[in-house]
Amino acid sequence: MRPSHLLAIGAPLVAGSAAAQTVSVTVPQLKVAEYHRPYVAGWLEPAAGGPARTVFVWYDIKKRGAEPGTKWLADLRSWWRKGGRSLHLPADGVSGATRAPGTYQIPLPKGLAPGAYVLNVEAARETGGRELVRVPITVPRRGGTAKGSTELGTVTVR
Amino acid sequence: MRLTHLLFAATAAVSLAAPALAHRQWLLPSTTTLSDTSQYVTVDAAASNDLFYPDHVAMNPDMIAVQAPDGSSGTIENAAKGRHRTTFDVKIDKPGTWKIGTETDAVMGGFMLNGEQWRVGGRRGPPPAAGAAARPMPKVVATAADIPAGATDVKLTEVMNRNAIFVTAGAPSEDVFTPTGKGLEMQPITHPAALVADEEGQFRFLVDGKPAAGVKVMVVPGSKKFRESEGAQELTTGADGVLHVTWPVPGVYWMSATVTDAKATAPRATERRMGFTTTLEVPAP
Repeated sequence: MRPSHLLAIGAPLVAGSAAAQTVSVTVPQLKVAEYHRPYVAGWLEPAAGGPARTVFVWYDIKKRGAEPGTKWLADLRSWWRKGGRSLHLPADGVSGATRAPGTYQIPLPKGLAPGAYVLNVEAARETGGRELVRVPITVPRRGGTAKGSTELGTVTVR
Repeated sequence: MRLTHLLFAATAAVSLAAPALAHRQWLLPSTTTLSDTSQYVTVDAAASNDLFYPDHVAMNPDMIAVQAPDGSSGTIENAAKGRHRTTFDVKIDKPGTWKIGTETDAVMGGFMLNGEQWRVGGRRGPPPAAGAAARPMPKVVATAADIPAGATDVKLTEVMNRNAIFVTAGAPSEDVFTPTGKGLEMQPITHPAALVADEEGQFRFLVDGKPAAGVKVMVVPGSKKFRESEGAQELTTGADGVLHVTWPVPGVYWMSATVTDAKATAPRATERRMGFTTTLEVPAP
């Protein structure tokens, strides 16, 4: 059913009508003397190159004053360089509060052009480390999984 | 303004007179990347051999100029000159890329007068120690305009140096890289805020606004105390004036270009020596 559907209607419309894929991100529990919840960003890059699209960014959105929570967004250094720095935050559907250790589900944006992408998830922790996990995927159907070793657990797209 | 130049020329005379043995002038910002416009960078400024260990001479804070992304001038705050290094703060209150640094244009050289060698510009040497007899007056004149009429063998070099760092708040901008068309300048192809250790950095060097081939550029990572080799690279710009840099390690890099030609614009100067120096943050991917 699905292949004939694709041929009949054309790629962009199919991408829009396909059920959106979901990212699952695990923030690991860490045994450290001083723990702060990490800043985490997830973004999609077309595998063939092109502008990155931020899917989510978790940071201290409530902190105001001389040192607002946005101050440390640049510590997510890959995300910052690849597009975070031109995003106006808070952004609807993208910004969120930091998360405690656990596993979280985030839907990928609807209406993505079909094709090969890399889903990037980067975490940076105050007085802690920083890690980037990359998962090659294909929109609309093929997911993937990769595992971080320090600041991130498993990242899965399905 | 001229006085500032001369003072700088005086402090830097050793390095200007013997480039091969120069102490490296450096500016080290606390960060080059800020996520908003409510923050400060604090900068160390000094000259030393090893980067970025302040162990020789502090830079004169009066030389520092700040250019905001919109072309306006910024100010430095809390300047303090220590034994080995100067520090100052800059409030980064506009989005885009800022330029912080020094620009000098001086004339150095010498001439003969009544059989004696005189110098133009340059260092006068330390004052005599307390109680010691005053030394004879050194044979130095401050500027080329002070060269007396009977001088012979006049040889003057125009020395133009730029040393600047680039700090970006939010998205990067290009305005501070607009060339003036005078002396040695750098136009990034890879923006300083977009450098990363696993990608080549590309920079175009210009002399008098035109791409300059064959410019010698030293690229040196800091913190050599923690590894065996200095890791310095001696590179040369290509025919298009472009320098291609691969980064052996992530870190803070000192990049310094020098070029000499005969196109001096100062009166009576026959040679022109130009330098451009910057400090770059190259993060791990």
